[in-house]
Amino acid sequence: MTIDWIHFTPVSALAGGALIGLAAAWLILANGRILGASGLLGGLIPPRPGDWPWRAEALLGLILAPVVARLLFGTASPTLVAAPATLIAGGLLVGVGTRLANGCTSGHGVCGLARLSPRSLAATVSFMAAAFATVFLARHVL
Amino acid sequence: MRRFTPFGVGLLFGLGLCLSGMTDPAKVLAFLDLAGAWDPSLAFVMAGAIGVAFVAFRIAGRRGRTLAGDPVILPAGQSIDGRLIGGSLLFGVGWGLVGLCPGPAIADIGFFDGRAALFVLAMAVGMAGVAALPALRVLAPATSAVEDG
Repeated sequence: MTIDWIHFTPVSALAGGALIGLAAAWLILANGRILGASGLLGGLIPPRPGDWPWRAEALLGLILAPVVARLLFGTASPTLVAAPATLIAGGLLVGVGTRLANGCTSGHGVCGLARLSPRSLAATVSFMAAAFATVFLARHVL
Repeated sequence: MRRFTPFGVGLLFGLGLCLSGMTDPAKVLAFLDLAGAWDPSLAFVMAGAIGVAFVAFRIAGRRGRTLAGDPVILPAGQSIDGRLIGGSLLFGVGWGLVGLCPGPAIADIGFFDGRAALFVLAMAVGMAGVAALPALRVLAPATSAVEDG
């Protein structure tokens, strides 16, 4: 294994992670809900009366965050190079998969593991393993 | 304060994703590429997030109520079944193909990135498919009425 020391950013990674944890803490302590991106969006499809406004507001905050992050941290635009067909295939897989599993990296990976949920641990191990395997196949085999 | 919470939570969540590097698919893929030049940064993101959230969930679990006195809604599902594992595997393949999971994908729309918007559109279609197909529910009934996240 070769570690890419040049691009390794442990301090901003840890600090950014702490902010994500604070967001999850805020939501559970103020609203009693678990922070999960796929659940936020999936709960709007279809929208339910009385349930959709808080989801829409949270998603709006999430979408506006890069505008603020540019000013605060000088965050650069993402390098998203995948072809349109790959974006569509990947998006469909992520959408179907996270709804079947009831959670994604935030809901299972952060909140679930923080709650010591065996169900979330099984989900996290599964999606991490599939992601490692997919990148290995795409970059080193195919 | 309570009124502001959902927007503020989304904003703080997004700021964390931006600062940590999760919004950059190139960095995510460099973490997922164990056989290449490996960038371990994202393990630190998980550690930071889980560390802070762990304390919050302990407090929420003990209180059983929010700071305003409302009930805390925690996932009821306990079973580890085919739906959970199969769904997670599908999600992982999609994540590995592009380098975007749902939170960063949605946030990246805020960089005015058309590719991220296309990815989120496809993601929403996939979610609608699961919500619309009763056949899928017959094949793999939902284990929990409350979502995990």
